[in-house]
Amino acid sequence: MELILEGIKKAFLLIFTFDPEVVGITLLSLQISGTATLISLVLGISVGATVALTQFSGRRFVVSLINTGMALPPVVVGLFVTISLWRNGPLGFMGLLYTPGAMILAQTVIATPIVTGISLAAIQQLPVKLQTQILALGATRFQMILILVKEAKLSLLAAVMAGFGGVISEVGASIMVGGNIKGYSRVLTTATVMETGRGNFDVAISLSIILMILAYLINLILTQIQQREKHR
Amino acid sequence: MSLEAPVLEVKNLEVIRGGVPVLSIPSLSIAESEVLFLIGPNGAGKSTLLQTLAALVKPSQGEIRFRGKKVGEDISLLSYRRRLAMILQEPLLFNTTVYKNVASGLKIRGMNKKEIEPIVIQTLDRFGISHLKDRSARTLSGGEARRTSIARAFATGPEILFLDEPFSALDPIIREAMMEDLEKVLRETGITTVFVTHDRIEALRLATRLGVMADGRIIQIGDVGEIMNHPENEIVASLVGVDTILQGKVIENRDRSVIISVSGKEIEAVGDIPPGTHVTLCIRPENVFITKTAPTGETSVRNTIKGRIDKIIPLGLYHKLSLDCGFPMVSYVTHHSLSSLLLKPGEEVFASFKATAIHVIQRKN
Repeated sequence: MELILEGIKKAFLLIFTFDPEVVGITLLSLQISGTATLISLVLGISVGATVALTQFSGRRFVVSLINTGMALPPVVVGLFVTISLWRNGPLGFMGLLYTPGAMILAQTVIATPIVTGISLAAIQQLPVKLQTQILALGATRFQMILILVKEAKLSLLAAVMAGFGGVISEVGASIMVGGNIKGYSRVLTTATVMETGRGNFDVAISLSIILMILAYLINLILTQIQQREKHR
Repeated sequence: MSLEAPVLEVKNLEVIRGGVPVLSIPSLSIAESEVLFLIGPNGAGKSTLLQTLAALVKPSQGEIRFRGKKVGEDISLLSYRRRLAMILQEPLLFNTTVYKNVASGLKIRGMNKKEIEPIVIQTLDRFGISHLKDRSARTLSGGEARRTSIARAFATGPEILFLDEPFSALDPIIREAMMEDLEKVLRETGITTVFVTHDRIEALRLATRLGVMADGRIIQIGDVGEIMNHPENEIVASLVGVDTILQGKVIENRDRSVIISVSGKEIEAVGDIPPGTHVTLCIRPENVFITKTAPTGETSVRNTIKGRIDKIIPLGLYHKLSLDCGFPMVSYVTHHSLSSLLLKPGEEVFASFKATAIHVIQRKN
């Protein structure tokens, strides 16, 4: 019990004194997961909207593939991204392994199916006749897709939350492809794993608290936007 | 361009889905300022025809000409669609303000805010929804949402208006108000309109021409009164509100009137049809009068048939009486008649109708 209390006390000290290492790790986490989420939004919404709005053979299979992808274990993603980026691997020439870039790549692979699946469902939930109505208003097909995405924006915010939430808290892939290199590829989750292993519970607890606060704040902001939109 | 040039002209239009023809329109021409109503049962192809005319469904074959120009060749699908408007059964408003909804068609056409504003303000005013302009479309009542969707359609100044059962989901009072509004706007603008509905009352009120559809075809098209009183066949008859449709055989032909045997009973109708011909009789329910005792004395009512009340269904102002006269008959009675005659199911009554109230269709074979 004393261990935990002592840990929490030290943790707050580290946070409120803006310990440079803790701040650095936090910023890097935000940067990597934020970038990965942004890329996955662009990819996921495009693919999700396309699949939602087109009929093609094998569509069911693609949809089930996307849904399976939503539950992709980060460790498996880490493994395959590591193999791909390995010196003799297909993407080895990029020299990305054990860099923040590799982490962004891995996190994008994790977040994209989540965003795709939610976007797909969100756009499919819109009334079918809405497409007819938009085209009848004189829209080109591209304008129609933009309007539909805009109409589904509340559900798409859920995609942002789920995608970001998934990657900021993910540890398996980050540690495998990033290597948890101090000051370079060490993020909140990988640092927590390491500090816990070393028995530095105070640091581990402080990192966990920051992680939880971050996740909470970002969801709070998005929820605020969502609720405001709803009541407008 | 001659004055008579039709706004829309359709030739050999066909839509085939999964190998099955769902729409087949050999020819159809819609004139400037015409209000064409299309009625028909579900699955008759009304909506498909409307969407094909609006270039939203690609026909399997055939051509559509808009003011003489072939759609898809002389005029692009997009330019054509930007000259028409469509109002569907659901208002399908965008999740934004009423103002932005009404502005949406103009924005899609690439107009800037300054160009859009006066048009939207004028349109909002015309449809009496100026006070709603900053409201979210999500918070509107059914009638307000409908007005907004109509305003959105009119804002772009369409040359043809397509309506697909726009009021069928509304309650009768709002529906009545919407019909009045639409009637006014159609009269003011003289816009060419194609209106799909299954409510013949709407058609009676606004149509300049009526088309009856079934199985993907237009089976009768013409003047409203003509179709209501002289339906070409049973399908048309039932669609335009003829509830009593009887099968019979002509047994006697006297100077311009015929006696027809229906389930052993004789009915007199107007016509010149040779005896032995099989015919279908159509009688509108409002032309069948109900009495408790057989009418006596000289009367122009040639037919009086004894029957029993099967069912009484209230229809607002009227009650619909289903009678068993050896064959089914339907009559409308007012609430007043119902209570003064003490009409109840099981009761014996007399159904009377004039010879001229019967429309006789000769059956082939």
